[in-house]
Amino acid sequence: MMQPGSAYFLDDAKKSSETHTLCVLVDNEPGVLARVIGLFSGRGYNIDSLTVSETEHQKHLSRITIVTRGTPMVIEQIKNQLDRLVPVHRVVDMTVLGPAIERELAMVKVRGKGEHRVEALRLGDAFRARVIDATIESFVFEITGNSSKIDQFVELMLPLGLIEVSRTGIVAISRGPEGMES
Amino acid sequence: MAKDMTGAEMVIEALADQGVEHIFGYPGGAVLPIYDALFQQDKIRHILVRHEQGAVHAAEGYARSTGKVGCVLVTSGPGATNAVTGLTDALMDSIPIVCITGQVPTHLIGNDAFQECDTVGITRPCTKHNYLVKNIADLPSVLHEAFYVASSGRPGPVVVDIPKDIQFATGSYFKPKEFPHKGYKPKIKGDLDKIKQAVELMRTAKRPVFYTGGGVINSGREASQLLRELVKLTGFPITSTLLGLGAFPAADPQWLGMLGMHGTYEANLAMHDCDVMICIGARFDDRITGRVDAFSPGSKKIHVDIDPSSINKNVHVDLPIVGDCAHVLEDMVRLWRTTSAQPDKKAMKAWWEQIDRWRGRKSLAYRHSNELIKPQYAIQRLYELTKDRDTYITTEVGQHQMWAAQFYRFEEPNRWMTSGGLGTMGYGLPASVGVQLAHPKSLVIDIAGEASVLMTMQEMSTAVQYRLPIKIFIINNQYMGMVRQWQELLHGGRYSESYTEALPDFVKLAEAYHAVGIRCEKPGDLDHAIREMIDVPKPVIFDCVVDRAENCFPMIPSGRAHNEMILGDAAESIESAVTDAGKVMV
Repeated sequence: MMQPGSAYFLDDAKKSSETHTLCVLVDNEPGVLARVIGLFSGRGYNIDSLTVSETEHQKHLSRITIVTRGTPMVIEQIKNQLDRLVPVHRVVDMTVLGPAIERELAMVKVRGKGEHRVEALRLGDAFRARVIDATIESFVFEITGNSSKIDQFVELMLPLGLIEVSRTGIVAISRGPEGMES
Repeated sequence: MAKDMTGAEMVIEALADQGVEHIFGYPGGAVLPIYDALFQQDKIRHILVRHEQGAVHAAEGYARSTGKVGCVLVTSGPGATNAVTGLTDALMDSIPIVCITGQVPTHLIGNDAFQECDTVGITRPCTKHNYLVKNIADLPSVLHEAFYVASSGRPGPVVVDIPKDIQFATGSYFKPKEFPHKGYKPKIKGDLDKIKQAVELMRTAKRPVFYTGGGVINSGREASQLLRELVKLTGFPITSTLLGLGAFPAADPQWLGMLGMHGTYEANLAMHDCDVMICIGARFDDRITGRVDAFSPGSKKIHVDIDPSSINKNVHVDLPIVGDCAHVLEDMVRLWRTTSAQPDKKAMKAWWEQIDRWRGRKSLAYRHSNELIKPQYAIQRLYELTKDRDTYITTEVGQHQMWAAQFYRFEEPNRWMTSGGLGTMGYGLPASVGVQLAHPKSLVIDIAGEASVLMTMQEMSTAVQYRLPIKIFIINNQYMGMVRQWQELLHGGRYSESYTEALPDFVKLAEAYHAVGIRCEKPGDLDHAIREMIDVPKPVIFDCVVDRAENCFPMIPSGRAHNEMILGDAAESIESAVTDAGKVMV
């Protein structure tokens, strides 16, 4: 590759990227989420989905679940960079760890009358979505599942009067008796 | 044993308990309580700088030349933002710094108060870790933890932001104690199985090379000793990064000189053609690798680093070993000794013959002049006239820095302080202040460029105030030389804004600071002038007027591999040396 005059090597190589789900156990202290997010933006990593909440109140621990994309080398970097942050206790790559369960929750608001309304309800039933709010002309469905199931449900609601969607992003946990800290 | 005191007193007490003797700083509204506490004690000496950036660089120089944690105290807002360059510099070069910043009172945080800024927000990406202390009860543990985090693992800068009301508040102080941090546990010992594999790989190597970096220096003097032992035992050639200079003595025949963009021909070619690369405490930076897809294509790479995120970041390595350099080197030396098998003597002989042919090109050669001082000559003379003294060298950033790395020869670690990662112009002068303070009897020289040194020139005032006889040796070519060199080689000789008009008269400038100014313009006068500089027991600005057109060679142009170096026109011709001649550009 010839490159124009530059003080840096300009790499034009395109490498295939893969998607990984990372669970990060952190001290629940001010600024910890900013550290994690700042790391991603500062180093140019992708975030496809991010969820965070305190999970163990006594230990002041929060769990961050991040879905990210990158080449295998970048994914390894991301894990190592996360692990290097002082308030980070553990980083687990759910995608590598193998059989992990991933779920997402969405609330889907649909507005319509007549046949559309009946159809929306019928589909909601088929997807095991629960109606958690209803008016004469609208429903709010609560649906959990993997992301593709939710994508599909949202797509089906589109012609039936979809108003808005609120999604949590992915949370993940490993199968079997072992915990993340062990 | 808990003792009640104010937050400000706790800061002083904690610093003293952590062994701090000097702190570099600049007062302001939000740190006045701490300055008041400083005034009323005599354990810690405060050094008043002229700009907060200088405070951090001085602390860096102090830390690098002593192996201790450097300490900084600045105020909120502009005090903190001015420190950011220094903090980033310390992060990039892994220097242990604890920087205490004042903050507006807790109830005003977020209100855009006078001299308020989001210090922890701003410094988050440029520190190893930072803290905002909102509760006096947390202050002692945070202060102690800050020192632990700064100095352990891969060292780095840590900021402790303390609001003014916390400085006034009273709480109970406790002394530092051994505490296992909940999440932060740097790995010190390397995996023994992997070290065994590494030693095995080294033993079967036919064309090995050691490539070492600042990690060896950071790991302490013992690491340098062990490195020397291992290099001697194996008989392998060794090269080092800019930051690693001094870990292995430059006078040793196994030393190939620095590698990288302005490294020697033999070092870079050895890296390119080796079959086993043993990287210890270096991070495959882009100034080292050149184009990554052509970097040392045929080698098995062993990488020893305390920071797991350095491994496989830029270059894929075959055998990563996470651990402290000194510990891993100790294991390597022991394992090498306990097994009797030796490397292939014939192959090693051939490898050294090849290296000697590369050396034969004399890649650092330059054309001497009797009319103009060549910058290389200036540094060579400086080296010859100071090498037998107890000397510490700092630099600014640019051509002079590379020439200093090439021509000043370091025999010991911790003698060479330069801004490698961030490349901060203006680093060297304040760094030399910190070094001189730590080593009052030593000769401390800042090899400077006239453009860089003007960025932090005000610290001359600090040097004069504290009677620190630093020597600012300015390689004055009136250009931002490295910028000019790139413009010459890559931008058609269009010297856009790289010439400095209206430079000050450096001799008069020195005198204005109550320091001593010396100017030298002729090669014949140089030795005498340098001797004069050394003998003056005061700070000196030495204006060494050099050839303005000189370029720094050898050089790996951007986007090229190690075997595509450009050599200067004084280097020996290709026929005398290299096998794959076609690849080399001359």
